[in-house]
Amino acid sequence: MIDFIQMIVSGVATGSTYALMGLAMVIIYKTSEVPNFAQGEMALVTSYFAMMLLTTMNISVYLAFFLSFVFAAILGAFLEFAILRRAKEPNVLGMIVITIGIEMIILGFVSWKFGAEAKTMPFPIGPYDGFIISDIYISKLDVLTLISALFFMIVLYLFFKFSKLGLAMKATQQNSVAAQIVGIRTNRIMMMTWGISSLVGATAGLLIAPTVMQPFMMWDPMLKGFAAAVMGGMTSLPGAVIAAYMLGIIENLFGGYISIEFKTVVAFVIIVLVLCIKPSGLFARHYVKKV
Amino acid sequence: MDMKRDYFEDVQLFTSPVVVFWFAFLIGSLYLLPFFVSNYYIYVANYIAINIIVATGLNLLVGYTGQISLGHAGFFAIGAYGTTVLMVKFSVPFLIALPSAALIAACFGFLLGLPALRLEGPYLAIATLGFGLTITQIIGRVELFGGRDGIHVPDINIGSWIIDTDKEFYFLLITLTIFLLLFMRNLIKTRMGRAFIAIRDADIAAETMGVNIVFYKTLAFAISAFYAGIAGGMYAFVLKFIEPEIFTLLMSILFLAMVVVGGLGSMFGSIAGAALLCWLDLKLRNILDIPYIGEWLKDLSQSWFSLTGVSNIQYIVFGSIMVGIMLFEPLGIYGIWIRTKKYWRTWPF
Repeated sequence: MIDFIQMIVSGVATGSTYALMGLAMVIIYKTSEVPNFAQGEMALVTSYFAMMLLTTMNISVYLAFFLSFVFAAILGAFLEFAILRRAKEPNVLGMIVITIGIEMIILGFVSWKFGAEAKTMPFPIGPYDGFIISDIYISKLDVLTLISALFFMIVLYLFFKFSKLGLAMKATQQNSVAAQIVGIRTNRIMMMTWGISSLVGATAGLLIAPTVMQPFMMWDPMLKGFAAAVMGGMTSLPGAVIAAYMLGIIENLFGGYISIEFKTVVAFVIIVLVLCIKPSGLFARHYVKKV
Repeated sequence: MDMKRDYFEDVQLFTSPVVVFWFAFLIGSLYLLPFFVSNYYIYVANYIAINIIVATGLNLLVGYTGQISLGHAGFFAIGAYGTTVLMVKFSVPFLIALPSAALIAACFGFLLGLPALRLEGPYLAIATLGFGLTITQIIGRVELFGGRDGIHVPDINIGSWIIDTDKEFYFLLITLTIFLLLFMRNLIKTRMGRAFIAIRDADIAAETMGVNIVFYKTLAFAISAFYAGIAGGMYAFVLKFIEPEIFTLLMSILFLAMVVVGGLGSMFGSIAGAALLCWLDLKLRNILDIPYIGEWLKDLSQSWFSLTGVSNIQYIVFGSIMVGIMLFEPLGIYGIWIRTKKYWRTWPF
């Protein structure tokens, strides 16, 4: 029983990182219908930026994190402004290729600049700090990840539901021409979306960095986050988070009870099965293409 | 400029005797190539030819049928492992092992095509991506396939002809490549090829016109997987030793990049894209050996970047090519070629 609960706890912990990445992808897809494969690498470069600030400059951790968040937001907005907006014939394949291209550029840049070997991130909470509640080990970092995932989910949900900017983002996604007619600057909205999304993704990056820090560290969380976003319906924020926790928990239980070797791929098997039954994800209204 | 007046003009292979001449010249020089260049370049040519086969197959799926696949490394791995395991463990002769492995890959392609019937866009991307990752994981765990340690690939022998040098392998591979390219080119010109294109342009309209979407979509996946399987089988003989870590997501991405960079929906594009990216891949692996640029990069890395990570410049180059092509010429190298041709045909004007 203890084992079981312990697995659920670590499943929730992994699920939280997936949830953050999934949220970041959903925000972009909600507004611009771009499946952003560069999300992980945008978070990667932010984490390395934070590490660089902390190791070379003598500033406090909080200031460094604040600066990295600013950096993340600017990076996201810049990518939208400089690259995505210039795409000539935006279709899904084109967008996937562009974002994969951005991903490879950032990945190459980071591993050229910092080398491919693993680094350590000076973080106020170490990866092995934790406490034990009735024989169950809980790591502080995981708690922090869980809190930030839930925080972002609630804030973003309210943001999209009630704030003027969030509504404008929704409008841009549903019909960008009509949105422009009623006076929404869709270009600016897109830039803001990318900024916010990059910030959410960067949170995941900064929270993963203390445990593992090397250029490929974001691939797995990014792909699983994307899988969660797809499973949740690609446009639903709570859907992505719920799917992310489901994937995280199932993955850990599968690793514990059935086969540790196939732990990393079980999420993709689940995703294919779910998509076979519900092609537009669990929490999306069924998508009907207009002819 | 390229107006077609009747059906025959559309399907014919050669439009004029000049084209026949240049085609024969190209084939001839391809076969004579090994007698003039060093072994390294034969290796490069083999590597390029294999990727041309994959790119052509993937182009049928992405460029002509309008689906997305980020899992072709999976089919590639099935081809490579299928051929090797059939030859080593079941001592099947090469000429039977290669097509059987490719047929196994085609079966998997058919299976992947079934969920793909209901999926599109990012949903299809993640499903195929998951397939590619899962296949390599499974292969890495099965003892019959050598597990994580990989498996050694034997020499090919066809009858009494034992192929153990790159040069002999080149002749076999180039024959296969030319055959597969001609087959694909003819396939696209038939009723089937037009059905694929109709599905890409408007699947609902195509269905209304009587195109069987279920059949043609799964067929596109199967044929594409078959090509990847054949290429994978041949790739095993280039490497001489295969292990699951070779067939990564990055490989799938590179295959897709070849098709997109070359030009969607164009045979010439697949060839050009595969050739360009493979050549760059091989060149950039030893980036510091390139004259002039290498020295400069070394200085730059020492003062600003890290010297250990200098080989990662190839990611930057590939990424820039992908982004640049999509931004400035969505038709890829083929589009550039078309524009150049048009410019010179109508030159003074």
